[in-house]
Amino acid sequence: MIYHWLRSHWHAFILVLKKLRHAPIANLLMAAVIGATLSLPAGLYLLADNIRQAAGDITIEPQISLFLSLNATDSAVKALDQRLKQNPGIKDFNFISKESAWQEMQRNSTVADTGLEKNPLPDAFVIHPKDTEPQAVDKLQKELSELPHVEHTLLDAEWVKRLYVLLQMSTKAVVILTSLLGFALVAIIGNTIRLQILTQREEIEVSRLIGATDRYIRRPFLHAGLLHGFAGGLMAWLFVYIALYIFNASVQDLALLYSADFRLHMLGGQASLILLGGAAGLGWLGALLAVNRSLAELEAAAKR
Amino acid sequence: MIKFDGVTKRYPGGFEALKSVSFEIAQGELAFITGHSGAGKSTLLKLAAAIERPTTGSVIINGQNVGKMRQSGLPYVRRNFGLIFQDHKLLYDRNVFDNVALPLSILGITGREAGKRIRAALDKVGLLPREKAAPITLSGGEQQRLAIARAIVSRPSILLADEPTGNLDENYARDIIELFQSFHQVGVTVIIATHDARGIAQRGDQILSLVHGVLS
Repeated sequence: MIYHWLRSHWHAFILVLKKLRHAPIANLLMAAVIGATLSLPAGLYLLADNIRQAAGDITIEPQISLFLSLNATDSAVKALDQRLKQNPGIKDFNFISKESAWQEMQRNSTVADTGLEKNPLPDAFVIHPKDTEPQAVDKLQKELSELPHVEHTLLDAEWVKRLYVLLQMSTKAVVILTSLLGFALVAIIGNTIRLQILTQREEIEVSRLIGATDRYIRRPFLHAGLLHGFAGGLMAWLFVYIALYIFNASVQDLALLYSADFRLHMLGGQASLILLGGAAGLGWLGALLAVNRSLAELEAAAKR
Repeated sequence: MIKFDGVTKRYPGGFEALKSVSFEIAQGELAFITGHSGAGKSTLLKLAAAIERPTTGSVIINGQNVGKMRQSGLPYVRRNFGLIFQDHKLLYDRNVFDNVALPLSILGITGREAGKRIRAALDKVGLLPREKAAPITLSGGEQQRLAIARAIVSRPSILLADEPTGNLDENYARDIIELFQSFHQVGVTVIIATHDARGIAQRGDQILSLVHGVLS
């Protein structure tokens, strides 16, 4: 049963390949159109992904600095230390005494030139929150700022928050763009399949008269849609790859200016699979819609 | 095998192609449906081959009531038939061999087994030397025989032919009828619609003559 099913699909597949081979230019153009369409969301996704990764390299994670009042005593510091240890929202923290901060500052030549003679620095705790979501970090910061002897809290990753929001926006943009262009893809492939059905109208009519099931008639067109979509996905991958290659030359020049080694990376294995599989799936869907509509039309025509 | 019971077929617009037609064709019979053009022969064949359904009455094929069947079941009923259409309905985008391959492909038969059966069918109608030819290059009689080869390749139990000798000269027509008779002799039920059965039908053959959609 399964063998039979596989074999009939295989035969339909071979048949479709043979047919596609008859019009190589047209099919290549078709794949290029779909590829260009799909390369837009794929490219945007890639850009966002690269930024996210670059941001991840730099920020590591958000940090909250607690600066204590200058008159905080050792025992107050100890009490605070205890309370921080018990706080479940904190992953880890370290204490930077005013002396060590002062020494650190003096080692740094540019600051040493300011001519400060007395240590103006307070004791400080540097805290890494467990939950790095911006909202959770905000909450923790507020909570910590209300502790005794805490004069000032500083979230050093305000910009991370903005970046995070931006990345969220770009994710939404990718989703919206993908839906719109996915719809376009279904329409493009559906239309192509409809034209193919029209040219094979006689074959379909005769096949129906001599006992072909709708499934038999549908099968080669679904394969064609799947193949169109897959080829388009492949093209999109190629387009994105070429664009990336061209970009990377400049990106590396730029990165060198900042004496960093940075280059844009290509779609990962999973994203590539999603691109190819998604394109193939949309092609299949477009073909299915087209074939069902055409079969209904043929049926209506036959009844007349 | 095929049983019509009070079958009426009314087309949209109100035209009644068949009016309360009842008959039965047993297995292995050779039957002729005669009548002038427009008498309802083609409609009767379409109903008998489960291509159309009756408006009222019942059409029973191998014990199955076609009118009550689900649409999705009809293709399987149609596979009992080898159909020879009045206009042949050959596919002109492929050669003789591939035309005959179509019914087998529908049944899921491909490859070597299909090749054997296709050549056997072509041999039976005398078209084996032309297997690579394009149908458009065949003469009228050859096209008719190609249509017959396509109808018999799936080894159906019933052959239905609509005016198979319609526009052939006498000698060709006789050849074709002899071909059908040879199928009949090996046990196939054969139903032929023709405007004139005189000189073709032999004793014992059933003749159903239609006049304006009514059996007389």
